[in-house]
Amino acid sequence: MSEIMRADNVSMIFGGLTAVDNISLTMEDNEILSLIGPNGAGKTTFFNMLTGVYQPTFGTITFYGENITKLKPYERVAKGISRTFQNIRLFSSMTTLENLLVAHPKCNSENIGRVLLGGKKLKKARQEIVEECEEILEIVGLKDKEDELATNLSYGKQRLLEIGRALATNPKLVLLDEPGAGMNSMEKEELSTLIRYITQKMDKKVLLIEHDMRFVMGISDRILVLDHGELIANGKPEEIQQNQMVIEAYLGKGMTDEE
Amino acid sequence: MMQKIKKIKKPLAVIGILFLLLFPVIITSSYYLHVMILAGIYVVLSLSLNLITGYTGQLCLGHAAFFGIGAYAGALLMVNVHMNFFFALICSFIISGIFGLLLGIPALRLRGDYLAIVTLGFGEIVHLVFVNWTELTNGPMGIRSIPGPSLFGIELDGNQEFYYLILIITALVLFLLNRLVNSGFGMAMQTIKADEIAAESIGIYPVKYKLIAFILSSGLAGLAGCFYASYISYISPTTFVYNTSVTILAMVVLGGLGSLTGSVIGGVVLTLLPEVLRSISDYRMIFFGALMIIMMIFKPEGFWGVSKRVKNIYKIKAGGAQNERDYESR
Repeated sequence: MSEIMRADNVSMIFGGLTAVDNISLTMEDNEILSLIGPNGAGKTTFFNMLTGVYQPTFGTITFYGENITKLKPYERVAKGISRTFQNIRLFSSMTTLENLLVAHPKCNSENIGRVLLGGKKLKKARQEIVEECEEILEIVGLKDKEDELATNLSYGKQRLLEIGRALATNPKLVLLDEPGAGMNSMEKEELSTLIRYITQKMDKKVLLIEHDMRFVMGISDRILVLDHGELIANGKPEEIQQNQMVIEAYLGKGMTDEE
Repeated sequence: MMQKIKKIKKPLAVIGILFLLLFPVIITSSYYLHVMILAGIYVVLSLSLNLITGYTGQLCLGHAAFFGIGAYAGALLMVNVHMNFFFALICSFIISGIFGLLLGIPALRLRGDYLAIVTLGFGEIVHLVFVNWTELTNGPMGIRSIPGPSLFGIELDGNQEFYYLILIITALVLFLLNRLVNSGFGMAMQTIKADEIAAESIGIYPVKYKLIAFILSSGLAGLAGCFYASYISYISPTTFVYNTSVTILAMVVLGGLGSLTGSVIGGVVLTLLPEVLRSISDYRMIFFGALMIIMMIFKPEGFWGVSKRVKNIYKIKAGGAQNERDYESR
């Protein structure tokens, strides 16, 4: 198994607060990796370091053997890392299709001179982009809503659209920040299927943060547990379920255990 | 309802274009013609400001400065170097654009409303330079007898010629900007207005788009300035003050941020309104203020807001499901 991404001794310190403390991990090929942990454990901070929103205070991040620690978010997108957000950040005044189009690397890098001149070639190039984006909409199940404004979609559909938008950037690795938040159980079922489809059929790697244990246990190949900025467990779902440290992090220590 | 609107849209557009083309023939009053030419200049100005403020979401409070730089650059080139009007037009576009670039590089790297503060200051500085650099700008006296345009030795400095010239310029600017904002580039600009962090997360480098939009915006304002200088044939620093910047901004906001049609409406309405209200000129500002407040309460989007834009233009232009003629007839 080859290595996709690795973080070496990554720390993030905000003033006096150590949000992420000396975490090292590697992400292997062909696995769905999940990051869990109680609220405030530093999951999203860690995510933001992977996507470049924050620069880690210490440590390095490598992606396919390339050091990307200093790259900005848009540069990392070009390298093949895309993400969704915990609080949905869609372009609400744009339609479903437009949200995808604008994420497509060929669309948002359209040459200004070519745009002003117009012409048949441009039209053909656009046709291809539209078709590719419609294909992705088909995959996330929003094809019939393509002319709808993003703001008019239901919450669950907006989450799916965010995943679609992340896919439209043609990534190698997709980071999903609580993709199931606010979804009902049926929608979560569909989400699991979608994530499997993304990894198996589209050959994208997925790293996700999630709170719903049933969902995480069902979909992940490997789980990382963060607590107070530290990595306290790393293993297969069954191992994590049995891990004493994890149980303590979530439920606290029993009175009898104290001493 | 929509069907009906679509049906009458085309004949309406034809009538509108015919009216604009025949306007100088129908109405021979030079006063009306003058007002229409001014409206044309202001339409170009508000279109250009809309690019950076309406589409890219960066508030700019010093648009008059670029208007002024273009006007002075054009005037000086035409008076001192005897440059042809049309070359001067291009030169003032470039010179204003360069100032936009120099100002934008530091100001646009920051997120937030810093551009507003920087351009506000820039506007004042430029005004002071116009007043005090007497060797170049002739100070408060301004520059006089700026020549009109001429093409192959034919003088085009009548009001009618100016009218058609600004009509062509406005149409051309509108045509090109329409292509620009309805492209991948235009969509990327709008994502920056909506949410810069989300824009970065899909691979858009905000500074690049903000900078290009700002350069084009200031360049077009400069172009309008050059035309203005040639048309009025006299410029002085008093035209290029903060008040003018605010007027242009009001046109964009009242017309509709992020809407080209809105900018055209805003530019025309806010040029004509003061003329119509000339009889009650003492109360003009009260009327203006009231209009602003009423608009913001009842129609915060402006006369022709962004919600009226054509959705999925990309698909339509790529020959998707909808008929392209629907779009063309707009």
